[in-house]
Amino acid sequence: MVEYLKLGDDPHLVAYVCDACGACYFDRRNACAACGAREFSTGRLANTGSVRTFTIVHRAARGVPAPYVSAVVDLDGGGRVKSNIINIEPTPVNVSLGMRVRLATYVTATDDDGNEAVAFGYEPEAA
Amino acid sequence: MSNQDPVWILGTSMTKFGRYTDKDLIDLAAEASLGALDDGGTTMADMDVLAAGCLYEANGGVGQHLQKQLGQTGIPVYNVANACATGATAVRTVMMAIKSGEAQMGLAVGVEQMGKMGMLGADRAARSDRQVFERKGRFGSVVGVEGRLGTNMMPGVFAQAGMEYAYENDGVGFEQFAKVAQKNHEHSTLNPLAQYRKAFTLDEVMSSEVIAYPNTLLMCCPTGDGSAAVVLVSDEKLKTLPREQQRRAVKVSASVLTSDPWTEGCQVQPDVNTLTRNAADAAYEASGVDPADLDLVELHDCFATAELRHYDNLRLCEPGGAGEWIDKGGPWRDGEIPVNVSGGLLSKGHPIGATGVANLFEVATHVRGEAGDRQVPDTKVGLAHVIGLGSSCGVHILERSGL
Repeated sequence: MVEYLKLGDDPHLVAYVCDACGACYFDRRNACAACGAREFSTGRLANTGSVRTFTIVHRAARGVPAPYVSAVVDLDGGGRVKSNIINIEPTPVNVSLGMRVRLATYVTATDDDGNEAVAFGYEPEAA
Repeated sequence: MSNQDPVWILGTSMTKFGRYTDKDLIDLAAEASLGALDDGGTTMADMDVLAAGCLYEANGGVGQHLQKQLGQTGIPVYNVANACATGATAVRTVMMAIKSGEAQMGLAVGVEQMGKMGMLGADRAARSDRQVFERKGRFGSVVGVEGRLGTNMMPGVFAQAGMEYAYENDGVGFEQFAKVAQKNHEHSTLNPLAQYRKAFTLDEVMSSEVIAYPNTLLMCCPTGDGSAAVVLVSDEKLKTLPREQQRRAVKVSASVLTSDPWTEGCQVQPDVNTLTRNAADAAYEASGVDPADLDLVELHDCFATAELRHYDNLRLCEPGGAGEWIDKGGPWRDGEIPVNVSGGLLSKGHPIGATGVANLFEVATHVRGEAGDRQVPDTKVGLAHVIGLGSSCGVHILERSGL
């Protein structure tokens, strides 16, 4: 569903990495916000990490099923990503700060031609 | 004048915040502006510059529409929009005109009419026409990311900002965040200008509807309508005015605006901390005021989770100690440094463009000793803080005249 999620047998995230300073971005940049350099390479990010912060959204945007858990995950080896914590009951007892998680994918929508949009989230590593 | 000379608040006013069905945006701005002009003993004819802050009508020429109600004197008008720091940016615009020597006096007004907008940052309704996936935008996304790749809506973003603080520090959790809302709702009962004036127990705060855990309904600010204004004057001009105007003038000891410097985290989640710390530190340095000297703080409590972090960001508590500080009552109106005695955004309300001027009104009114029932005794110096996501942060330090 986003270009920085690479699918196939080994789903993973990629980032634009600044050639000069190593700053990571998920979206296309004209120049690096950290150092101003203009050349970027693509780098693979780890599929595992720990929950840095989360919220459990009960009153969601129109059309979005709720409740769900939104979180920011510190990825092992660097990089920080925002997504949902999935495959758990969305209650405070099931999510904790620092919890170990791993990337998981699922079909989130299908268009009128039958194309599937695949999203990613993070599920507890222990599960 | 030298640009080292202070700029002063000569007059200030605000409307009650709330929902006005019988007044339009310009009515509200005119009410606050005329109030500030009267309070300062001035008229539009004295103003050399006008800055009008409004977010939702940013392309509507609010300043010029307002002149048609106040007086079209041909002065330069700046229409300002800068997220939730819009009002503070309008004030700084007038301030810079005075500091540059282009103006001796100016009017800054912030106004917003939001009505019942519902939650800000909510996605628009889904399209009903035929849908075929196609990559769009800088993320190359084929479907909306809201709710799929986390949340970008305000209650959740600020909930995550608070929970990150809980991750980094001990003694912070749902109860500490809820105590912020309990305090601000309690404070608002003394403020006749507040949108809501109802006290709630801690249990009521914690058991109200969860919007984005840990923020419950009573821990989220409302949308609303309102306006606030200040008349600013140069040091040189103030000293030519009658004694009583000089006595009531409030010194702007620091006026700082920052945006967020690059941090790793701010690429996926707005960083509301670094730019607030930078603004506060610059304001303390410019004014020579130490956080411990503050008698009063009005800070940007758009959500209860945000206020707790800002105790630390503004250096009101020990580093990492915001949870402990609220537990011991530090920010209550009878505590170490009263925070949001107006009721804050949570209860006084948050008509976006007005907010960054209204907090100057509040601090100035206490510094003058004119805050009535909610007066914090013997207030000499106070700080006003706003932050808009994106991000933009304004910090002002105000001091008693001494003239």
